[in-house]
Amino acid sequence: MLLNQFLILGAFLFAVGVYGVLARRNGVMVLMSIELMLNAVNINLVVFGVQHGVVSGQAFALFVIAVAAAEVGVGLAIVLLLYRNRTSIDVEDFDLMRG
Amino acid sequence: MVAQNIFFGIITAIVVISALRMVTTRNIVHAALYLVAVLAGLGALYILLTAEFVATTQVLVYIGAVMVLFLFGIMLTKAPLGNVMKMTGTQWPIAAGVAVLIGGVTVYSVIDRFGSDRLVTDGPIFRTADVSDEVFSTYIIPFEAISVLLLAALIGAIVLARKD
Amino acid sequence: MWMLENAFIIPLIPTISFVVILLFGKRFLGTDRVHLVGITALGLVWVLSAVAAFQWTQRVEDPPPDAVVHVEAHADDHSDDHSDEHGDDHAVVSEGKLSDEHGGGHSTPLIRPVISTFSHWWSNGGIEFAVGTLVDGQTVLLLIVVASISLLVHIYSTEYVKGDSRYIHYYAFLSLFTAAMLFFVMAQNIIQLIVGWELVGVCSFVLIGHWWEEKPNTDAALKAFLTNRVGDIGLIIGMIVLWGTFQTFDIDAINTLISANPDAHHFALLVAACCLMAAVASKSGQFPLHTWLPDAMAGPTPVSALIHAATMVVAGVYMIARLYPVFYEGLSVGTSSINLMAFIGGFTALIGAALAFAQWDIKKVLAYSTVSQLGYMVMALGVGAWTAAIFHLFTHAFFKACLFLGAGSVSHAAHHTFDMREMGGLKKVMPHTYRTFVISSLALAGIFPFAGFWSKDEILLGSLVGQKNGYPLMLVFGCAVAFMTAAYMTRVIWYTFHGEFRGHGHPHESPKAMTVPLWILAGMAVLAGAFNLPGPVLEPIGLEGLAHRIQTYAEPSVYLSGLGLSHPDPSLSMALIGLALAISGIVVTYLYYWRRVGLHGLTERNRYAKNGYTLLENKYYLDHLYNDVVVQTIKRPIANWANRFNQNVLDGAVNTAGETARDTGRWIYKWIDQGAIDGSVNAAARGADSSGESLRVIQSGKVQNYGQLLFGSAAVLAIVFVIVV
Repeated sequence: MLLNQFLILGAFLFAVGVYGVLARRNGVMVLMSIELMLNAVNINLVVFGVQHGVVSGQAFALFVIAVAAAEVGVGLAIVLLLYRNRTSIDVEDFDLMRG
Repeated sequence: MVAQNIFFGIITAIVVISALRMVTTRNIVHAALYLVAVLAGLGALYILLTAEFVATTQVLVYIGAVMVLFLFGIMLTKAPLGNVMKMTGTQWPIAAGVAVLIGGVTVYSVIDRFGSDRLVTDGPIFRTADVSDEVFSTYIIPFEAISVLLLAALIGAIVLARKD
Repeated sequence: MWMLENAFIIPLIPTISFVVILLFGKRFLGTDRVHLVGITALGLVWVLSAVAAFQWTQRVEDPPPDAVVHVEAHADDHSDDHSDEHGDDHAVVSEGKLSDEHGGGHSTPLIRPVISTFSHWWSNGGIEFAVGTLVDGQTVLLLIVVASISLLVHIYSTEYVKGDSRYIHYYAFLSLFTAAMLFFVMAQNIIQLIVGWELVGVCSFVLIGHWWEEKPNTDAALKAFLTNRVGDIGLIIGMIVLWGTFQTFDIDAINTLISANPDAHHFALLVAACCLMAAVASKSGQFPLHTWLPDAMAGPTPVSALIHAATMVVAGVYMIARLYPVFYEGLSVGTSSINLMAFIGGFTALIGAALAFAQWDIKKVLAYSTVSQLGYMVMALGVGAWTAAIFHLFTHAFFKACLFLGAGSVSHAAHHTFDMREMGGLKKVMPHTYRTFVISSLALAGIFPFAGFWSKDEILLGSLVGQKNGYPLMLVFGCAVAFMTAAYMTRVIWYTFHGEFRGHGHPHESPKAMTVPLWILAGMAVLAGAFNLPGPVLEPIGLEGLAHRIQTYAEPSVYLSGLGLSHPDPSLSMALIGLALAISGIVVTYLYYWRRVGLHGLTERNRYAKNGYTLLENKYYLDHLYNDVVVQTIKRPIANWANRFNQNVLDGAVNTAGETARDTGRWIYKWIDQGAIDGSVNAAARGADSSGESLRVIQSGKVQNYGQLLFGSAAVLAIVFVIVV
């Protein structure tokens, strides 16, 4: 197996995640796309850990998973709050900062 | 080696297709289910990379906990179920361009740097005990910081979401 | 040996008591019963400490094989390693010590402390931070002192702070303080030392400010805390230097390393010891950072007895004793008779004693007396009389606690005043307080056969014989202080208990909960000296086996062996001189007050005497120095300079600029503005308008557009990097 197989998969997933964050209108979908990006990072961490024969890669992957869990919790709370205040989670509806 | 490559191919195909469908589908619940497929595929990849504890955690935390949170989020925000035309914004071509740009430059630099380096397959295999040793010795301070972060996130989520 | 290995239980008990009192005290016990928790916990601590002390004596008497280090190896090392004069000294002294003490016997078995490391707190970058306990004779001695005095203070406080609005907090913090102090004395590494050090500091702050409704009390608490912060900087820097030198936090390892090779790292040790000395000066009230200690008397009197007389303030002395090789090697200046530590201690002892004469507040007299006695201990450590210092710490804790509690009892009786001018004649109405106070004063003054006599005598002897041919200057300091101590304590007794009652109301004897601790402490003030009696005293009664118990049990000779310390032979003449000085101090003061002989009214008649008295009354103007001079010299010039700069430079510049601008403005308006500028400004405005109009599009307010810009520019930057690098 090549090292690149995994790295390119990670890069691809990251790009897909970026597309999802930028293009999807539903707030929950945006959060899901962010998860995709975080997972792309995790692949890199684990595969480099294997490549260099250190266990730190796995340790940091676990930290990233923990941070992702925290991020989802707060993110969904924000989305819920938005929904409660504006009865919409369409991110295109929020343009109070328009110049 | 061949078997591993075959498995990698199958898993990657599943992950790639699911990821693409996830950001293009018009049904939000389907998107969530595609995300499950992506995460499960990545879990399988971790096992392929001998990172069994990360794989387990991936399944437990992501598929078990985070996905449930997402589904609750979908339900609580009364997102329209079924096919919805508005799922993708009008500016999706720009987004796609940016994504291609980022993906392209990353893939290019990765290929440029690592070329045809082979993955080290005869390196040490780390068991769960090794991971825990590392986390609880070398990375004990980040570990404590993470636990404080989780607590802060917990409290923050409650404060944000509660109805006064 | 179980108790020594599991000594962590001892500080754990008061910690639990703290939590229980604070969280459950009010609800489950009722406010007026919380002291039961504290007293029970302290009783347990006392019993366990006694067990630990007993087990330690067992260990010394009958050492297990793994606990013994043989001394010859050390002595040989030195004579081989160092051919200079210094090294020769070590060898000679070591041999002398062996033959002296044990009648030409074989090697002294050096007993290693019991070190238990439980786990590593954390590790970072390969450095491991351990947590554990180090128990040796010095530790168990302090355990006994802290536990005894804390227990008695707990009992005493049931009456003294009865009905206080913050009764629960009071007891909670007493418990926490005790826990912190116990944790401190059994610290296994210097990190734990710092933790314990800061914890006792916080408890001291809280308890000084216990009655924070009154401004002076909060001021005193803040002053204590901030002064201690000054020293803490030194503490932390010193510890860092120690770590940098030895790459370990372990006290045992540091001491052993220095003891094995005293002349290495001399400069690093000097820096570390100087920094740590600042910490000692702040915590143990050494000159010039002693100013907080008298003010700390704003706290409740039992707290003063426990924290600011008997235990916390000796933390600095204890730290010197604990890291003695660091201080002794770091601060020894060649073969001269001036050791920085000894000088600071001796000077503090002298000025503290002088200040005690000019105070009218009974607690402040005692506070300055504490400063003075702490100086004595530091001086003893400086001249190399380790055992004498720790012995004095031990005896001083008891009689000074007794004096403070006695002062509290007097104030309790006399309408909560501490001003000696409103007391007098209390001898008859408060017989118990009077007797215990006199006993403790005699002990403090160093009168035979009270405890203070023995310990003070050892210190004087230490500075007479000492190391490196004695410290004559320190001996002079010590003798002067011995005289002054006796004199000012006599003054206090005269003003408080004799003469006519000058206050108002009807003073009365304090209740039993206060007098019983007083009597116990007074008993210890008599008996504590027996723990380190010199051999010749005991020989006639056939108990010479009991001589020098503290020296035998408490001295960490395993660390000190390499330093070449010796124990001076008891000297009858020195003892008689010390005693004569103390008695003459008492007699002179007695004549002055009781018999009205001597130079009364000297301070009114003689200008020099008056100036001296004013100097003392104003505490050498140190507070003024700190507040007015140090703070103001920093604050005022900056303010002045800023003001002057503002007035002259900035205003002037602004005015000039304004006038010039006005003149040029007129000219320009006429010729350029109307013609050339207006046109271009209008053009620029139109340009801005149109470009803003076109740029407005990207300010859509939509987060995804911003995201697109962000990621897009990140990608472009990445491409640039890929191309360039």
